[in-house]
Amino acid sequence: MTAAPKIRIEKLNAYFGAHRAVRDVELDIPALGVVAVIGPSGCGKSTFVRCLNRMHELLPGARAEGRVLIDGQEVYGPGVDPVQLRRRVGMVFQRPNPFPAMSIFDNVAAGLVLNRLPGDRAAIVEKSLRQAALWDEVKDRLKENPTRLSGGQQQRLCIARALAVEPEVLLLDEPASALDPIATAKIEELIHELRERYTIVIVTHNMQQAARVSDRTAFFYMGELIEYDTTEHIFTNPSIKQTEDYVTGRFG
Amino acid sequence: MAAANSSTSESIPVTPAAPGGRRAFSGDRVYAGALAAAGIAILLVALLIAATTANTARPALARAGLWGFITGRDWNPVEDIYGALPFIWGTLVTSVVAIVLAVPVAVAFAIFLVEFAPSRSRSLLRFVMELLASIPSVVYGLWGLFVLVPLLREHVEPALGRFSFLPLFRGAPLGVGTLAAGVLLAIMILPTIASVSVEVLRTVPSTLREGALALGATRWEAVRIAALPYGRAGIFGAALLGLGRALGETMAATMVIGNSPEISASLFAPGYSLPSIIANEFSEATSALHIGALAALGLILFVVALILNIAARLLVRAVVGKFERSSS
Repeated sequence: MTAAPKIRIEKLNAYFGAHRAVRDVELDIPALGVVAVIGPSGCGKSTFVRCLNRMHELLPGARAEGRVLIDGQEVYGPGVDPVQLRRRVGMVFQRPNPFPAMSIFDNVAAGLVLNRLPGDRAAIVEKSLRQAALWDEVKDRLKENPTRLSGGQQQRLCIARALAVEPEVLLLDEPASALDPIATAKIEELIHELRERYTIVIVTHNMQQAARVSDRTAFFYMGELIEYDTTEHIFTNPSIKQTEDYVTGRFG
Repeated sequence: MAAANSSTSESIPVTPAAPGGRRAFSGDRVYAGALAAAGIAILLVALLIAATTANTARPALARAGLWGFITGRDWNPVEDIYGALPFIWGTLVTSVVAIVLAVPVAVAFAIFLVEFAPSRSRSLLRFVMELLASIPSVVYGLWGLFVLVPLLREHVEPALGRFSFLPLFRGAPLGVGTLAAGVLLAIMILPTIASVSVEVLRTVPSTLREGALALGATRWEAVRIAALPYGRAGIFGAALLGLGRALGETMAATMVIGNSPEISASLFAPGYSLPSIIANEFSEATSALHIGALAALGLILFVVALILNIAARLLVRAVVGKFERSSS
């Protein structure tokens, strides 16, 4: 990689109590484009991603060690406010989690309100919903409760909510695993469009999905980063036997 | 109760198919019959209490009429004049004071315990909360009389007297009165509201909290935009359960309320509550009218408490049901 990486991870270790869920992970994530993180259940891929916006440490007994640099700035440095960091690094979760007591509009605007961001709220909400390919479906019902939307729509609403604060990095933690195939296809299409403006890291247990949406793929196994390369390389000609066994479906 | 019984009896027909099932069959029948009898007995006892209370109350209600009894302002057993309003007033005022004081503290405690307290101190905090609930009310009453009442008389009521432009804080600081009863009830219902609020907040899906935090919310903001709106109805239900307890509390309120059947806008004035008058006068009541009047007061209390309990349960269930649907 010639250009400076957007995110550089050095000797990252993540723990749940005494259990080391992520082991000595080192990798560089380039600016813009999509990096997929794959691996069998319990391999530490979600934990790894949650270390990038310091969500991991919120769980009881959880902590992380090592270095994460975003644009050269320490994520785990002294004096870094995780609340500030999370505005720059947006996240979408496995289950759609719109705030049930707020309208669709207020959900998208929630990050703007929380971070006291200036600007025309209505315009930003519309832009974010358009980016999330949801505007046409909800433009006449912005005042409605998000619980009436389908699961796929709710997940795109959560993506719009994350985009509204204009993050530099977008972390997607198995964003389509709770959705049906049609909703999944829409999310993948959306990721395809967002790759030009955001640095995206997507965790998925679906290898076809990783192959379809990502430029680079990281394969995790038992908390370790086994192989990290271009997606094409990982899926057609992996250098390491474990990766090959996994992507060809021999285990996992 | 009834639902549990019917499911037991539905499972019976399966048993005879098993070899040698005859004995098990009759044993099951006895068991199911005993359970059904116990369940029905509880219902019968409740109905019987309501019916006998209503029957005892009849002479007094027939005299003044239900509405006349409820709105009557005088209570004079010597002249056989019975009006419930001072007691209804005293019960409502002390309960409202209790709720206004207890709900913010209890909810703050629950938020702290669920969202902020280090996991090791959580069990200690819950233990202290449950300890508070297990103190007998007569002990609360004693504490109220010897500690709370002097404190109110010498410090709190004189200080509140500065706001005497409000009718609430007018009059001589006696210590004993509706304010004392309200404060004492607030302390007593605190554990009820706090423990139900804790259960409600624990049902808030962690994905909601994480969604807020991932947007750059502080932990407090996550509570405000994710946890509290989700648990709003349940916390309201917790407050209603606490209110139900405050309405029915007898001993502690009797000891500090002053036991004087007056209707005063001032919290400093002595008052009287429904349970207190019943407890104080039942042993001396001899005429059917006097006993009937006391029973009618009990009936009013019974109906109010019943309505509140049902409302609280429905609200709590609405929240828990929402959680179960979304996590299935």
